[in-house]
Amino acid sequence: MKKGVGDLMPSNRGASVRYENVQKSYDGEILVVKNLNLDIPPGEFLTMLGPSGSGKTTCLMMLAGFEPATHGEIFLNDRPINNVPPHKRGIGMVFQNYALFPHMSVAENLAFPLQVRNVGKAEQEEKVKRALEMVELGDFGNRRPAQLSGGQQQRVAVARALVFDPELVLMDEPLGALDKQLREQMQYEIKHIHENLGVTVVYVTHDQTEALTMSDRVAVFNDGVIQQLSTPDSLYEDPQNSFVAQFIGENNKLSGKVIGVSGNECLVELDDGTQLKADKVNVNAVGDRTTLSLRPERVEFEPASSMENLVQGRIEELIYLGDHIRVRMSVAGNDEFIVKVRNRGERRKLETGETVPIGWAINDCKALDAVA
Amino acid sequence: MSETATEQVLTTKDGRPLKASLARALRREKLRALVLIAPLLIFVLLTFVAPIADMLFRSVENSIVEDTLPQTVNALQDWDPSSGEVPGEPVFAALAADLQVAVDLKTHTRLGSRLNYEKTGISSLFRKTGRRVKKMTEPPYKEQFLKADKKWGQVDTWQTLKQFSPRYTDGYFLSSLDAERTSEGLQMKPEDEQIYLLLFGRTMMLSIAITVSCLLLGYPIAFLLAQLPLRTSNLLMILVLLPFWTSLLVRTSAWKVLLQQQGVINDFLVWIGLISDANRLVMINNQTGTIIAMTHILLPFMILPLYSVMKTISPTYVRAAKSLGATDWTAFWRVYFPQSVPGIGAGAVLVFILAIGYYITPELVGGTSGIFISNRIAYHISSSLNWGLAAALGTLLLAAVMILFIVYDKIVGIDNVKLG
Ligand SMILES: Nc1ncnc2c1ncn2[C@@H]1O[C@H](COP(=O)(O)OP(=O)(O)O)[C@@H](O)[C@H]1O
Ligand SMILES: [Mg+2]
Repeated sequence: MKKGVGDLMPSNRGASVRYENVQKSYDGEILVVKNLNLDIPPGEFLTMLGPSGSGKTTCLMMLAGFEPATHGEIFLNDRPINNVPPHKRGIGMVFQNYALFPHMSVAENLAFPLQVRNVGKAEQEEKVKRALEMVELGDFGNRRPAQLSGGQQQRVAVARALVFDPELVLMDEPLGALDKQLREQMQYEIKHIHENLGVTVVYVTHDQTEALTMSDRVAVFNDGVIQQLSTPDSLYEDPQNSFVAQFIGENNKLSGKVIGVSGNECLVELDDGTQLKADKVNVNAVGDRTTLSLRPERVEFEPASSMENLVQGRIEELIYLGDHIRVRMSVAGNDEFIVKVRNRGERRKLETGETVPIGWAINDCKALDAVA
Repeated sequence: MSETATEQVLTTKDGRPLKASLARALRREKLRALVLIAPLLIFVLLTFVAPIADMLFRSVENSIVEDTLPQTVNALQDWDPSSGEVPGEPVFAALAADLQVAVDLKTHTRLGSRLNYEKTGISSLFRKTGRRVKKMTEPPYKEQFLKADKKWGQVDTWQTLKQFSPRYTDGYFLSSLDAERTSEGLQMKPEDEQIYLLLFGRTMMLSIAITVSCLLLGYPIAFLLAQLPLRTSNLLMILVLLPFWTSLLVRTSAWKVLLQQQGVINDFLVWIGLISDANRLVMINNQTGTIIAMTHILLPFMILPLYSVMKTISPTYVRAAKSLGATDWTAFWRVYFPQSVPGIGAGAVLVFILAIGYYITPELVGGTSGIFISNRIAYHISSSLNWGLAAALGTLLLAAVMILFIVYDKIVGIDNVKLG
């Protein structure tokens, strides 16, 4: 069942969004978004994650209607919206600096989208009250935005984007201006609001923790291209290319050349001659250059059993972190190799300069595309 | 150790009390600040505060009568101006004595011109009498004065003299408001002599008209400039400021060329057939001319504060409004416009204040129907030399502006004014 813009019943279903071959250039020379295809089902919390300048905001603005797509089509509930002006799209939006109207009280800010839709006075008050309660700001209706703290302003912005019961809400780095603690708290609150209302949320951030915490799916952007679109866990566990492996979480890189392939595995010779087995993810044939990607917590320190990959490493630096010890090692010519060693009482004291054996499973070592 | 230390007065190393040392250090700071602002302070006092104070004083000051005719003023105290009779011999005797002195000092002509502002003819009366008074050595003086000029036998001459004998007078202010004090008390001057209230009213109305037209023309320009990328808007801003590069006189004269009946605009309108040659528009030497020329001259003062305020309004507000369902117009009117009000406030105040005291342009293009109160003030300062009246008019203008400011503060709020 499709809902019109004017339909103001509480939303129990989100809208679907589809980008089809969307391209965007501002100056006619550089493509800021290169052939974007993205299908967002109703009710999903999708995050666009990527470094600054990767085109996330541009994608969001095209969906909101503030930037025209240079090529391609965007669908909202299977309806093409390229020629629908922003105010007719019925999309709620939270801006990075909140964009609360400074000359209106909080309640007036919330009533604004209802007023422009000619909602009756009584219903307006009812909805404003409900929205304020949803973000736990019931008593703040008469304040001016400037009289609120950053976190409270943020909540008002969220409430305002939701008060007219949109099926789709866009958020562009909404928590960027908050300090760490408040940001984490707001992440959970926004997540819960999403779960309760069932709206579709498209969320933009450059903070990977935020993306992993909140999202159903994450689209990792780089250079105007979606590098990987998957759930947070598979983004971490199964990065599809070096960029994603680098961008999400901590990661050890070893570069080398494929010298043998068998099924899902491949044999890689590192630049110093060490040979390792790896999960074949993003390499094609023997002779390809590759970057092996390995999570620090998956490396076994002085393995008891013999492992599929075993190398010697020299300890360069030890950082004591309580529950674990962070060990920087020099492994196969890479002296930025990090290993997280669990802090178990029985372990002997480690010394810098020591050479120790380390090992890991084939599955934890991904052979990805080579980085320059 | 520490206990005794807290009981003692805290001192610096050399044994002076800490408080005194601190005060001394701060005093030096303050003195330094004072020295730095002293030149400006003195300049402002000399060139701004002092002239204004002097102006306020001149508008009520009137010691010339008592200084020139001390005995007469004294003798007149017993005379009742409403009696309808000319004062008696003692007053004339005092007048003769005073005038003897005044003629020697040649101050009687100055008194004459001063009183002439109040009653025409007194100037010549004093000059004429001054020539004769040397021969008046013997009483009875009254007859000799009446023989010298029969005006001395008229009651209203004496009424004027008596009315303006105090050292301070409200006469200038009454004149400024087209009022006068007659034997029947305070009343308005006859219709055909009223001029200043009309001028004040016209100055206000024209200034408001100029402010409104500046706003109507300036707002869209400032809006456009604020939307454009900085490089383009800087370039266009130079065009806005371009008029400042040419002299005010040149610009005003240019309007004369454009607007006069044989001027460019009329020629063009006749040429395209919009008006006939016989019905050329009168656009200069009247209020239309004043409004057009002054709007042009004051426009930058509206655009600049508007622009600087609009520049600070983030475009995301309008975007937010649209994303919430507002049409372009609603987003502008309910979200953008209210945030630009401080700029309107600043621009309007600036233009209005400048307009209300403007002088050159109305003088050149205003004709008789388009001149301002300032033109009248200038006339009294440089032509009629009635400085007291000029001062009173100036004071009233100042008061009017202040009152408007207070009203404005009540309605708009002065903290709603932002100059940048
Ligand atoms: N209005 C604009 N005009 C020209 N170039 C723009 C504009 N907005 C963004 N860009 C360019 O497009 C690229 C992507 O920007 P953006 O979508 O804002 O990235 P992100 O939000 O991921 O940081 C950047 O290189 C940026 O310089
Ligand atoms: Mg961005």
